[in-house]
Amino acid sequence: MTDVIVDERDFELTINGARVPVRGAAPGASLLQVLRDQLQLTGTKGACEEGECGSCSVLVDGVLMCSCLVMAASVTDTAITTIESVARPDGSFSDVQQAFVDCGAVQCGFCTPGLVMAVTDLLNQQPHADRETVREALAGNLCRCTGYGRILAAIDQVISQRAAQ
Amino acid sequence: MISPQTVDDALDALSDTPVHRLLAGGTDEMVKLNHGAQLRQFETVISLSRIPELSMWTLDTAGRQITIGAAVSWSQLTEAPFVEHVPVLAQAARTVGSPQIRNAGTIGGNVATASPAGDGLCALVALDAMATVRSTRGTRRVRVAELTTGPKRTNLEPDELIVSLDVPLTHGFQGYTKVGVRNAMVISLAGVALVVDDDRQSVSFALGSVGPTILRSPAAETVAANVLFGGTHLGDAMSQLAAAIRKTARPIDDHRSTAAYRRHAVGVLATRLIERALISRGASQ
Amino acid sequence: MTDLQLPPRQRDVLGTSPTRPDAPAKVSGAFAFSSDLTADGAVWGATLRSPHPHARIVALDVSGALAIDGVRAVITAADVPGRNAYGLIESDQPVFADGIVRFVGEPVAAVAAADPTTCQRALDAIVVTYDVLPPLLDPEAAIDPGTASIHPHGNVVRHQRIVTGDPSVVGDVVVEGEYEIGMQDQAFLGLEAALAIPDPDGSGVELHVATQWLHEDRQQIAACLGLPEASVRLVLGGVGGAFGGREDISLQVHACLLALRVGRPVRMHYSRTESFLGHVHRHPARIWMRHHADRHGTLVNIEARFVFDGGAYASTSSAVLINAVTHTQGPYRCPNAVVDGYAVRTNHLPCGAMRGFGVVQACFAHESQMDRLAAACGIDPLDIRRRNAMVTGDVLITGQPVTSVAPVLRCIDETEALPLPTQPVGGDDHPFGRPGGAGLTSDAGNIVRGIGYAVSIKNLMYSEGFDDFSTARCTVDDGQVALKYATAEVGQGFVTIAEQIARSILGLDEVSSETIDTTVGSAGSTSASRQTWMSGGAVEGACRAVRDRLLSDIASERGVEPGRLEVHDCDVVDVVDGWRQPVREAVRGRSFSEEFIHRHRPTVRLNDLGQGECHTAFAFAAHRAVVDVDVDLGLVKVVQIATAQDIGRALNPMSVIGQIEGGVAQGLGLAVMEEIVQVDGVIRNPSFTDYLLPTIADMPPVEIAMIEEYEPESPLGAKGVGEPPTISSTPAIVAAIRDAISQAYPMARPLTRVPVRPHDIVDAISNSR
Repeated sequence: MTDVIVDERDFELTINGARVPVRGAAPGASLLQVLRDQLQLTGTKGACEEGECGSCSVLVDGVLMCSCLVMAASVTDTAITTIESVARPDGSFSDVQQAFVDCGAVQCGFCTPGLVMAVTDLLNQQPHADRETVREALAGNLCRCTGYGRILAAIDQVISQRAAQ
Repeated sequence: MISPQTVDDALDALSDTPVHRLLAGGTDEMVKLNHGAQLRQFETVISLSRIPELSMWTLDTAGRQITIGAAVSWSQLTEAPFVEHVPVLAQAARTVGSPQIRNAGTIGGNVATASPAGDGLCALVALDAMATVRSTRGTRRVRVAELTTGPKRTNLEPDELIVSLDVPLTHGFQGYTKVGVRNAMVISLAGVALVVDDDRQSVSFALGSVGPTILRSPAAETVAANVLFGGTHLGDAMSQLAAAIRKTARPIDDHRSTAAYRRHAVGVLATRLIERALISRGASQ
Repeated sequence: MTDLQLPPRQRDVLGTSPTRPDAPAKVSGAFAFSSDLTADGAVWGATLRSPHPHARIVALDVSGALAIDGVRAVITAADVPGRNAYGLIESDQPVFADGIVRFVGEPVAAVAAADPTTCQRALDAIVVTYDVLPPLLDPEAAIDPGTASIHPHGNVVRHQRIVTGDPSVVGDVVVEGEYEIGMQDQAFLGLEAALAIPDPDGSGVELHVATQWLHEDRQQIAACLGLPEASVRLVLGGVGGAFGGREDISLQVHACLLALRVGRPVRMHYSRTESFLGHVHRHPARIWMRHHADRHGTLVNIEARFVFDGGAYASTSSAVLINAVTHTQGPYRCPNAVVDGYAVRTNHLPCGAMRGFGVVQACFAHESQMDRLAAACGIDPLDIRRRNAMVTGDVLITGQPVTSVAPVLRCIDETEALPLPTQPVGGDDHPFGRPGGAGLTSDAGNIVRGIGYAVSIKNLMYSEGFDDFSTARCTVDDGQVALKYATAEVGQGFVTIAEQIARSILGLDEVSSETIDTTVGSAGSTSASRQTWMSGGAVEGACRAVRDRLLSDIASERGVEPGRLEVHDCDVVDVVDGWRQPVREAVRGRSFSEEFIHRHRPTVRLNDLGQGECHTAFAFAAHRAVVDVDVDLGLVKVVQIATAQDIGRALNPMSVIGQIEGGVAQGLGLAVMEEIVQVDGVIRNPSFTDYLLPTIADMPPVEIAMIEEYEPESPLGAKGVGEPPTISSTPAIVAAIRDAISQAYPMARPLTRVPVRPHDIVDAISNSR
């Protein structure tokens, strides 16, 4: 076996299905920084730099992570999914996004992309998640505006819609 | 950045790069980098993310132990069937951070970071876990409790890598409980892990966030063993147990809480765990 | 012609809850927050801050920073071309420290460089030599005239007394207590961020920034830049929450100065740590109160003393203090009072606006007192509140009559009537339902359930003679309605309401809002629960003016009196002959544009005895908290909050619910977890790891009763709803905790500070086990 050597300034990532080059990243830069500053994928937000708010949530090989805690150069061999890919290919919203719009789950909206990622991931894995499962799964996504009530309402809407299908 | 694909390659990389930064889950190292700690000149990042053998745990039924790769995530430890094998570690894992943190953070990183508030570390110390530490110079097996020497300090050499953690399989109650000011995603103000070994009739208590490292409390363990195996009535022993725990604790005042509260809390947590042990025994009999 | 009766089409008018216009962009990640903005050729800016709470700058050497490749500029106090001072009420805070630093985090210099990493290296290369001075950290010492001043303006920012009636009256029952409120942070998620773009000729600058008040920012920035206001243009960058923390200048002047210096656009972003240092916080306070009542529990006199620690600079401390002292009595009648209040400077972090603005602190004290009084009188806590509840027409201790609708009794009764939680004590088997949560801390047998109530009064809009107004323009062009206002949309939903207002008044559905910037008159601040009333009033006025012109034109064309024409739903209707035409058709080919300024009725500054009609209007709320307490460990899980709130009229019910739930979450945070800890003037927890916000696992369900009694003084009949949920939720939770503790330990000392920390509970019972 040989080591995989990655140049920390110039490398490639697979984001939302596309292989994209990164040029001139700061050594040690987080995936969040690279998404926002190098790749102009600013849908992913940063609010704490230490994994305590969930605003920067993305999927790395299908696993929900805080992109601020992922060194970008360490995930060149993974598939990264960001908020920019959550809408359907025709541009319409996913049921999770639509429920956030419908149910008043959005106020300032800064936590919203991270929450949409976390809720999407949760309901894909556990379509019938009960309330306490939802609380545990979303405890890493802080929202300062809503008090979470309408976010829970949005999740209820998705669960019942999917159950009815 | 070097991403070795085997442990041997990782050890070579550690020995070949005098200035390096080891990256596993990133939940500690990336925080430092995000807060302005910049990579030093010629500092090499060694990422452990591409070494499959570090990210698995294996069950050795005959040897009655589980070997946990150092890069196994907290999330892996909260899933079945691990939960049934080592409940104390599973419970501790579930209290770590958020789902995102648990998906990224690793048990080896928790040991290497050596925070006295480390939830997983507390469980490992109660379990008397052994770490397998390797370098190109050789392999040593060392008790986790001896690996951590102070707050955020270990006796790991720069070229050494924690490869795995061996945890015994025991019959008997296990539990971890902690105090935090929030219902999730919180650093413990005080934590206690309890492992009861019914076969050996032994008890171990590990205390978190009340000393420079995770502390064991032999005096409390004796009291607890008498309750669980010697027929001492719990009511009589309860205050004795709490007192022994509190005597072991060496907490400090800081911005998170007071020393007095932490000392108080570990006593309460320990007695609750013994109560749970008795209830679980009653339920299983 | 047969009048075909179709069911009325659902229109997004007042009283409905339409989709927010910005929600689609926000759920897809496309919405541009101020931190997302960039421009060609942009460089980055960063700030060097003081590590000392009080020190003299002996030397400042920036040469090392300037020598770094990629560094474009380093600026200090010497580079401020205008006034090196700003502030919302008094200009006492330097853009960069000039000789003295007065708090940990005070800006000393700023740099511009190609990227954030180079900025950080430049900051590290600036050498500042400090002569450390003893810090003033005790607010009581700051009141003492013998204490050396830490600022040329003195240590006391404001002292205000209120004396009314006969303050010597002694009640049959007297209770007193001393209360402490910790420093809370707004902790909006969207960190401070701005993009400053210099004019090509360097004569002015355009600033895109997340703020609460564009015009006030502009005025302060222009003064510091030494430019006419017209040369400074502000555009609202997407705002990720505010809650008062964006009312003051943070990075605005620095970004503009750097942009003008380097002749390129400059981006500045704060980190979370820097954000804790870089904006004002909720004032920590110490409040003493003594309540006198007759034996039936009727209040006869209140004595009180307030000390608010404003930190190093004035910000809005004087207004916060006025709010506190004038809300001493709470929503209760009291004929006699003597109140003494101080807002002082110390070398702590500066404090200013946060949701609730002084009333949060006062309410925690007066509601704690009402519970003590109830106990001392042997009366139920709700009954004593009912007995004293104020009604419209009652006169406050400032001599001001309450002219607002004042449904205090309804707030109490309807809160009490909301259903109690059904879940058993200790929740179900899931650990998240119990104190300690994921820590598996509490077993059902360790938990005691408590219930507590609190009631609040909150002034709406600005007070004390401030010329409070808002401006809006409505343009109708061929059926399309465009609204223009400078009202900061910080997440609260004003844009949605504004468009609902236009639809309701004009009978047109295609409504949009233009860019929020300084090319229209000021809207005032998005604070003080004022924008629905003030900017809502301005939008309403502008839309009415447009409607009146349209009706007048149609009337003259039809040769009828304009008074005969009205807009009913989507039609222009002649109420005399029944003629009607869809507005959509009536406006075809026509174009109107009208601007309107809404002002509320004037107020006055309090006199030396605290008398005067200083406030505009009031809103009321009651909260009930149900908590499960692990008494032995001092841990709390709030199980349910119930609240009835006086809202005037629900213009957008979903927004009202969102404001109430969100406000309660912040009240819960202050009650049990949120506090900025400073030791020796140094903040110890400037991160989300250690400054704890409620998570979804901490937040209980909120049962809501909206009390809709149309407020005649409000342009739309609605009251502001943002602040009351944050005010009385905190004391309700603490009352519930006290209730739980006293069930387990009847002799426990009552809790008197927020946040209630685990060790506070353990200490309270320590002598009563």
